[in-house]
Amino acid sequence: MVVGLALIWVAFSAANDRFLSAANLTNLMLQIAAVGTIAAGLVPVLLLGEIDLSAGVASGLCAAVMAILHVKLGWGPFPALLAGMVAGTAIGTFHGLWITRLRVPSFVVTLAGLLAWQGALLHVLGSTGTVNLPDSPITGLTGTFFGPAVTWTLASLAVLAHGAALWLERRARGAAGLPLPPWRAPAARLLVTAAAVVAAAGVFTQDRGLPLAVLIFVGLVAAVDLVLRRTRFGRHVLAVGGNAEAARRAGIRVERVRVVVFAAGSTFAAAGGILAASRLLAVNQSSGSGDVLLNAIAAAVIGGTSLFGGRGSAWSALLGALVIGSISNGMDLLALSSSVKLMVTGAVLLVAASIDALGLRGPRPGGAVRPAQRG
Amino acid sequence: MTPLLELRGVSRRFGAVEALTGVDFEISPGEVMALVGDNGAGKSTLVKVVSGILPIHGGQIRFEGREVALDGPQAAAALGIATVYQDLALCENLDVVGNLFLGRERARGPALDEIAMEREAVELLRRLSVQLPSVRAPVADLSGGQRQSVAVARSMMGSPRLVLLDEPTAALGVAQTRQVLDLIRRLREQGLGVVVISHNLQDVFSVADRISVLRLGRRVATFEVASAREVDVVAAITGAALG
Repeated sequence: MVVGLALIWVAFSAANDRFLSAANLTNLMLQIAAVGTIAAGLVPVLLLGEIDLSAGVASGLCAAVMAILHVKLGWGPFPALLAGMVAGTAIGTFHGLWITRLRVPSFVVTLAGLLAWQGALLHVLGSTGTVNLPDSPITGLTGTFFGPAVTWTLASLAVLAHGAALWLERRARGAAGLPLPPWRAPAARLLVTAAAVVAAAGVFTQDRGLPLAVLIFVGLVAAVDLVLRRTRFGRHVLAVGGNAEAARRAGIRVERVRVVVFAAGSTFAAAGGILAASRLLAVNQSSGSGDVLLNAIAAAVIGGTSLFGGRGSAWSALLGALVIGSISNGMDLLALSSSVKLMVTGAVLLVAASIDALGLRGPRPGGAVRPAQRG
Repeated sequence: MTPLLELRGVSRRFGAVEALTGVDFEISPGEVMALVGDNGAGKSTLVKVVSGILPIHGGQIRFEGREVALDGPQAAAALGIATVYQDLALCENLDVVGNLFLGRERARGPALDEIAMEREAVELLRRLSVQLPSVRAPVADLSGGQRQSVAVARSMMGSPRLVLLDEPTAALGVAQTRQVLDLIRRLREQGLGVVVISHNLQDVFSVADRISVLRLGRRVATFEVASAREVDVVAAITGAALG
């Protein structure tokens, strides 16, 4: 899919030389931050083999909670922001408990949520249907840009941290007498990270600087990645997604893992909704509705997270959001109508999901062979 | 010698159906006991009783001479009874190390200690002479015999005294079956008691020390493999009179 992204970029830059300009790429990153953050919360849900159809409207509702507390009830920006996130956690916990206690499929529970939270959004927004956000740290989330000094410092720290982690792991393996993989593999990974980070920093510093919203988005994706790959909880998420019955027999509290993942997923949706509100400078009746949910799910899948559960990575949220955002942004630059945009995005999703399905069939011969129990 | 596990007159009903009726069963350390019988003879019920999943309705169970109540999988695990079910219960998306340590991951602070886990996994697999392409390969990439070996190795993680294997060689090819039978012999060499449920009498004769035959919920015969004839075992399984 990285190759696919490169092809999309080459095609759009050939069609319009403004596509690869620093200003447009910075805009692109700002455009995808909200949906990408929602997608980062959906990745663990998809890893469980579940789905959260309410992520889009939950993002809008939580942003509305924040906006109303801040603008109409005079709460400070940070308490209001926190309340919006907590609203997300509450929604996700409710879904998770309903799914695990009453054993209703997540598809149905979150579909009900999609409808009900949409209604709640209309209700809290009241008759005007819009809450405008004044200048505050909330709008500053997407309106703040860091200068070259901060940008390059953060970029170097990111590359250094990645390099140090790879080197320390290799040293520890050596000390433990475990076989060392050829050094080219980690070196190549470090090179790819460094190239991506330096390119991004170069682009941002040529325009307005590194946007805070992008930093938050990428930071959240990295955090999800660390939790999934490096912690006991993340391992349990993958185990439940791979074989829930096996996880249960191994003593993993499967229900608890599910509830926590749904709670975290909706909290990420709230964060995405707040980023979207910050960029729009308002919350309105269409916040979080329309194609927000489908773009977020599509982003995770296009990035390589399987809808069948058990396989995927947090970084798929960034990669997939970049692909979808690039298509949308590029077609806007070419002044193509949304009819074309939707059809192309749909085609890309179909291809990505098919790669997923083929991949599932490929390396798992006999995966479904479970001889019946005999007695 | 005191048997490792001893069942005396164990009964278990499902509604009006007697799945086990007054079953006696015993196994010693370093012994491989095969459990054979036709479909519905009560083999799986017996395994579930011993692994603590099904409570008994009569009789008693002794472990190392002490009477015990196997009132849950945890109670069985605490005594050192490990079970490998037919479906293996592996997560195919996780690698071998991840599966061996599933539910008992080693961690340093908040982070998984992958290196300690990998080292322990390699040591365990070497001790059991299990051959795998890589301990970092996802289980999805392994053959059926390798998966079975990983599942058996995982049952060894808690240092058990008794291992129950439910149809370990069903659905395996000839070479893979031999791998798994070799693994069972190594469990015996380590002084464990091993109970093997099998439909395949050839495998049973090649690996077991004794054979217990269940028919319609009763233990109808026990054979010493060294002196048993296959026709006698078949006759006991089917209940046919010897001609």
